[in-house]
Amino acid sequence: MIEIRSLLALMVAVIAIHSAPAAAESIVLASTTSVESSGLLTKILPRFTAKTGITVNVVAQGTGKALYTARRGDADLLLVHDPEAEAQFMSEGHGITRRQIAWNDFVLVGPAADPAQVRGGRDSVAALKAIAAARAPFVSRGDNSGTNAAELRLWRIAGLIPDATREKWYRDIGGGMGQALNAASAMDAYTLTDRGTWLSFDNKGSLVIAIEGDPRLINRYDVIELNPQRHATAKLALAKIFADWLVSPEGQAAIGAVQVNGERLFNPSANAPR
Amino acid sequence: MLVVLTNAFFGLPPVVVGLVLYLALSRSGPLGFLQLLYTPQAMVMAQAVLAAPIMTALIHRASERAWARYGDELICDGASRLQAVPQILRIIRADLLTAVLAGFGRTISEVGAVILVGGNIRDLTRTMTTAIALQTSQGELSLALALGAVLIGISISISATVFALAGAARTAGSDEA
Repeated sequence: MIEIRSLLALMVAVIAIHSAPAAAESIVLASTTSVESSGLLTKILPRFTAKTGITVNVVAQGTGKALYTARRGDADLLLVHDPEAEAQFMSEGHGITRRQIAWNDFVLVGPAADPAQVRGGRDSVAALKAIAAARAPFVSRGDNSGTNAAELRLWRIAGLIPDATREKWYRDIGGGMGQALNAASAMDAYTLTDRGTWLSFDNKGSLVIAIEGDPRLINRYDVIELNPQRHATAKLALAKIFADWLVSPEGQAAIGAVQVNGERLFNPSANAPR
Repeated sequence: MLVVLTNAFFGLPPVVVGLVLYLALSRSGPLGFLQLLYTPQAMVMAQAVLAAPIMTALIHRASERAWARYGDELICDGASRLQAVPQILRIIRADLLTAVLAGFGRTISEVGAVILVGGNIRDLTRTMTTAIALQTSQGELSLALALGAVLIGISISISATVFALAGAARTAGSDEA
């Protein structure tokens, strides 16, 4: 009996301890795997928290899932990168402001052996056509993320929509950016990645950049504040403080200062959206 | 009926438990007003749902056996069925530890449910298993492997401690007899 009572006391204590951080001011930021795995938020959030005392809890999901999370009311703020899906989210009335904070670009990476002979070019669409013609392995995120949406847009421009069930070279892995790079590295496949994740990724194997510099490969990151009429329960006032900080000179400088191996990951662009 | 259910729930897929709990705790869900999604409390709920069936079944089986052997004696000694419960639990205390260990094993290795309801938030809802999944996805395989080694170390040392306790309990039990 004593054991049971002390066990109960222990459980109450554990719950009380775990409840304590929730009492401090915090918001849930639904964001993308590319922002998380590139290390951007890990590097800039401590500055924001030190200044304001607000903890930003990052739930890293693909852009599609992040928008869904916000639609359900489970996020207080969004940081995502799929212009078409974002426009739809805004037109449904879920968002109230949408501001670009930074951009970088996508790169098409592939095995050094380059079976589709695309390396060194700038034309991403021609490269996809060559990969399809050579039936060279290609890894697709297949997770409705911003990068996945950008990939599918390029296939659409190329006039090809690969069907993963029939085309064995087109491998839809249904995973995050890092998982896709791991898979591409293991299967000597091509894949589309954001440059931030690529630069911070540690298991490249034989993968190298095949195509970069195509204007169609630009990758924009937007912060979206939610509409209080649709999402009354969200902590929108705290979320606004963080959104405003991201576009402020201080936040922009923090974003621009994030580097991996001497290369800048994100170009701040709040004042001059691309 | 309860026995059949708990046995059936042994194989409850964690990711399905996570999904159902996610939908329930979401602010658009029936329990949304609790604001528990993406908190450690939500993860505790998921883990409790996963561990309860196997622990219930193990404890039920052990106490059934103890009741068959000692039940009549306890009643003869003047105990009511309710008063007999602590006595039975005392008799099967080694099995209780095994049950705790089984529940612990089910929860410490879990990743599918806690990542759905916890969100893998750094410094808040990131567990050893979700950290390993994240580091692997970032290509940090050596760090992932190191975390894995630590996790296995923790798991083994807790199992060893519980086994030692169970051994001690058994010895103490036979001394009394």
